[in-house]
Amino acid sequence: MSGGGIRPATTFTKAARLALQNSTLRQNLGFATRTICAKRESAVAEIPNWQELRTLGAGIKDEALSNLNELLVQLEQKITEAGGTVHWARTAEEAVEIVASIAKRHEVQEVIKVKSITSDEIELNQGLTHDNIIAIETDLAELICQLADDSPSHILVPAIHKNRDEIRELFERKLGSTFDSSEPKLLAEAARIYLREKFLTSKMAVSGANYAVAETGTVCIVESEGNGRMCLTLPEVLVSIMGIEKVLPLWEDVSAFLRLLPRSSTAERMNPYTSMWTGVTPGDGPQEFHLILLDNGRSDILADATGRQTLRCIRCSACLNVCPVYQRVGGHAYGSVYPGPIGAILTPQLLQMADVNANTLPFASTLCGACYEACPVKINIPEILIYLREKTEKSTAESFGFQTVYRVMSNPRLFGLVLKNTRLGASVASTFGLLKPWTNSRELPDIPKESFREWWRNREQ
Amino acid sequence: MNSKEAILAKIQAAQVPHFRANRPQRKELPASLDAFCERVADYRAKLHSVTEDQLLPTIQSLVNGRRCLVPLGLGFTIQGAQEDKPFSHRELAEFDVTVTLCAVGIEETGTIILDGSEGQGRRALSLIPDHHICIVRESQVVASIEEAIQRITPTRPLTFISGPSATSDIELVRVEGVHGPRRLDVLLVSHT
Ligand code: SF4
Repeated sequence: MSGGGIRPATTFTKAARLALQNSTLRQNLGFATRTICAKRESAVAEIPNWQELRTLGAGIKDEALSNLNELLVQLEQKITEAGGTVHWARTAEEAVEIVASIAKRHEVQEVIKVKSITSDEIELNQGLTHDNIIAIETDLAELICQLADDSPSHILVPAIHKNRDEIRELFERKLGSTFDSSEPKLLAEAARIYLREKFLTSKMAVSGANYAVAETGTVCIVESEGNGRMCLTLPEVLVSIMGIEKVLPLWEDVSAFLRLLPRSSTAERMNPYTSMWTGVTPGDGPQEFHLILLDNGRSDILADATGRQTLRCIRCSACLNVCPVYQRVGGHAYGSVYPGPIGAILTPQLLQMADVNANTLPFASTLCGACYEACPVKINIPEILIYLREKTEKSTAESFGFQTVYRVMSNPRLFGLVLKNTRLGASVASTFGLLKPWTNSRELPDIPKESFREWWRNREQ
Repeated sequence: MNSKEAILAKIQAAQVPHFRANRPQRKELPASLDAFCERVADYRAKLHSVTEDQLLPTIQSLVNGRRCLVPLGLGFTIQGAQEDKPFSHRELAEFDVTVTLCAVGIEETGTIILDGSEGQGRRALSLIPDHHICIVRESQVVASIEEAIQRITPTRPLTFISGPSATSDIELVRVEGVHGPRRLDVLLVSHT
């Protein structure tokens, strides 16, 4: 079922082992992530002050998070003045209920949807079925997942686990299309014909939102295919669901994110289409607009001084593509709509560190730091991973280990000293089985005779 | 306590220390039209550099006798084209091509922005027909995203267009055109 929520059904170790047996998945993923990574690097290299831009992006997000109350109230006021309606939802259930009640008021049995991870987080599609309302996904990949009764495996290319022949077979079976070959062009054409009719006849659309500007009440959606524009323009009623952390203070702040997001995400200078609107415009687009502000655990994350930076995330998926663990196991192993490094820190925190399966996610990392380097809003994912591992207190040995690592790694001299002694320590520890939770799913590497720093210092002598 | 009050109370209780972003001063730079043209073409949109005199004949030849839709206030007449009445969405789907003006062009990204004012029409116009011809005057091209954001009015319905609609959802093969116009022609009109 497309739109699977955030509660993993099992531990990461178990799910990963299963995923590793699927060789099509591994091949597709390996190819996809390598391609996107290479493209992203050249898109980023075009911006001379990329590092300053990351700092600005992080700064704007931190400013918004430090002033969230005022900004959300201001946003509500601006949207209301412009003829829209703002709703507040504490939980996933409340948000689904609001969407359902709007649909019922308009006697709508079918809504069209723009790809939105937030709506997947709250399991909107499933929730609406209780009121006999069907949600039709209009993003090509999401449509493929929906028709296949499957869940997305990547934020950006959710159907990366399916190849063209599988998709052709699916469209023939579910849409009644016929094809001369499995050319992606023909497959896209079939989706275009099927959905065109939906766009022209649907009365209500549901979307997410990339951000909303408090100063002006302007909401923004970034997309590629044009299904977003269709959903945002043609129906009479539009409902957008947005996490409370996505508000930006000023209109001018839009430019930083329009530069950071496409280059980090699809590795383009700019994505094909970006739509922005403020409330309702007479004679143009939906004449009824609702914005649902969703908390669903975010205010708890906000209260945690270390975990807080997770809320800067703009869902670009750069951290997924660079992650050596994600590259091999893929999105499904994370058991949540948020996969990869961001999922490993966001999912357990959204569940208030109370879900045993989700609490295994912070261990799904080698702490190599590639995610931190790629992140356009400078979220220090490795730092949060270590912090969350410590919080779960999975086993005393490991908990003790990570608390120590956390302190040691922030002190270079101590770090050097420890590295020297690790050569001795590791052999002692493994002899006594102290590293068992760690080595359960990992090979303990041979500790080299010289640390990298030592080698660097000695190499010229 | 209703949901709004409950959420605001929790945010309040989170006690996030005050933080102010360090926003850089804006710099106005001259735009390079060559770079704009190159980047528009990079998206596989077709770019035509024309003079004011060449504009109409170029449009006529691109329209090539097909069913053509224009917004109110385009400023000139294209033979055989129909002005938006407004038509129903179903009727819009009967047109092959739309001709519009735009609000701003961005050199940095090869993007054009429509804001729904005179000669651009409501959003459905440049969306439903399969071919969009967009007219950009040289004076409308700015160097950076910042300058574009400064120039446009946020409260208007805005569409940023960077090439024709595209997807790479199937095996990462780029396919032009899923739902938006599959063909985009940008006409850059020089002052002379
Ligand atoms: S954590 Fe950073 S890199 Fe990962 S999706 Fe969020 S913004 Fe992108």
